[in-house]
Amino acid sequence: MGIMAQREAFGTALLEYGSHAPNVVVLDADTSSSTLSKYFAEAFPERFYNVGIAEPCLVDVAVGLALGGFTPFINAFSALLSLRALEQIRTCVSYANVNVKIAAGYAGLSDYKDGPTHHSLIDIGIMRMLPGMTVIVPADEHEIKAWVPVIAEHQGPVFLRLSRSGSESVHPTIPEVEIGKGFQLRHGSDVSIITAGLMVARSLRAAEALLKEGIQAGVIEMSSIKPIDESLILQAAHQTGALVTAEEHSIIGGLGSAVAEVVTAHHPVPVERVGIHDIFARTGPDLDTLMDAFGLSVEDICKACRKVIHRKGNAGG
Amino acid sequence: MNHTNEKVSRVEISELEKIAYQLRIDSLEMIYRRGAGHPGGSLSAAEIVAVLFFHIMNVNPQNPIWIDRDRFILSKGHASALLYAALARRGYFPIDDLKRWGDLDCHLQGHPDILKTPGVDMTSGILGHGIAISAGLCLAARAKDKPYRVYTLLGDGECQGGIIWEGAMLASKYHLGNLTAILDYNDVQLDGFVHDIMPMEPLAQKWKDFKWNVLEIDGHNVKEIIGALEAVKDVKDQPTMIIAHTVKGKGVSFMENKSTWHGKAPTRQQFEQARQELERMV
Repeated sequence: MGIMAQREAFGTALLEYGSHAPNVVVLDADTSSSTLSKYFAEAFPERFYNVGIAEPCLVDVAVGLALGGFTPFINAFSALLSLRALEQIRTCVSYANVNVKIAAGYAGLSDYKDGPTHHSLIDIGIMRMLPGMTVIVPADEHEIKAWVPVIAEHQGPVFLRLSRSGSESVHPTIPEVEIGKGFQLRHGSDVSIITAGLMVARSLRAAEALLKEGIQAGVIEMSSIKPIDESLILQAAHQTGALVTAEEHSIIGGLGSAVAEVVTAHHPVPVERVGIHDIFARTGPDLDTLMDAFGLSVEDICKACRKVIHRKGNAGG
Repeated sequence: MNHTNEKVSRVEISELEKIAYQLRIDSLEMIYRRGAGHPGGSLSAAEIVAVLFFHIMNVNPQNPIWIDRDRFILSKGHASALLYAALARRGYFPIDDLKRWGDLDCHLQGHPDILKTPGVDMTSGILGHGIAISAGLCLAARAKDKPYRVYTLLGDGECQGGIIWEGAMLASKYHLGNLTAILDYNDVQLDGFVHDIMPMEPLAQKWKDFKWNVLEIDGHNVKEIIGALEAVKDVKDQPTMIIAHTVKGKGVSFMENKSTWHGKAPTRQQFEQARQELERMV
């Protein structure tokens, strides 16, 4: 199965869904050739608005279109949406509970060529803190296709975090997705890896590698980071007593923090977090090399699993 | 240019002038009772808001979310007291609610809130949002073939922020003739005079350069306000900016043109004096 870049998958899915949903309008901030919202723009120019390089304006104009009864999808780079346009998103989308869908492209390290100015490694943390904001981080093209209609038909703001790149396919076919529900992709009794986005495929490979050492690692994909699937996390905590989170994001504020919040409140177990360790990354030759260099390799996930199993053993006596 | 309209009777103009002063009294009373609020910018925009809500806008207070209503976005959301007074006097909610502004269980927030207060078309308070959000609404109206117009009231200091000009470019790119912005040009902001803090002149030229239709009026002259707001309805392919020259703190002798009255409440004695001055005009 070929790998489709997430932006390609999203651009195609938005076009497909939008052709049957006349209420969808699409906006971009001069990045439609990158986010691939141009597919929709070319097919439906009368429902596409390019606001120029002005992300705050992008959000506010979408707010107006939503107040006027449309379902706007806004497209831009995640770093700019979550930072430059954050006040607009906080005040006019989240606080006013306006039905704007934020398609945040080039997230994580995926703009490896441009480097840290365009990396987006704190966006999940920022968006997760906004009341009423749904945060979705899909793993592959099939999941993106599944999410677009669900997001469009959900009443309320959604932040959809998209990579510029692709990854190995996780879902062989288009899965059923639901806001607030995770996927148990693999069962394992020793440790559960909870992951999202491009790290899902890496986590599955880590689980495979650990099996050779006799470690049974389960893998849970938590694409709905907010609301999060508390019952699935707690089930994993009960069954394996040791959790690893893996995300292409800072270990502060993202999926790892969200999972830790759930278990510390209800069923404390050791948690190890794989992610970016409170530093800026660097420019890299390609995404995989950069991810490996900054603590997101398959072996990093394996190490975290071994460590958390060790901690569990110590804690259990 | 004289933007007056002979069709509006002297009686009606006099009535609107009185409403404006009633809104001033209401606003100041609210700010006094609560011990917080923004008197200067509420007093300067009273005629503009009175004309919009009591003469120009096609709204239905009994059905505040009527889909074809004209929209109003208070971009200078700090003047919430004035908006709340207008909404109450127009019948959106009981006038007595004004006394409970800021109480924990009251729908009237410090700044306007679309989710809590009937008649508030958009949450505001952080400056700068009025133009771009109104532009989005105007695009929606056009795409859905709706007849409504969108009005947004801006402060002058507010135009120091970049998002205003992002929205200004967009509104002219899309030829939004259904968008009318009114700029409450009182030349006073929190820290002093606008012309000292960050000079905006030539302000009319700036908007013209952004390809807006620009009118300049006396923002306390009801006839001129009506004339301008009627005239813009004929402009179909351009957004309009009405630069309304006003006096910050208008109507209260000791508040006029004083930045110190941008955002503080009067004492009881000050409020009583202000009320006496304002009541003479009602």
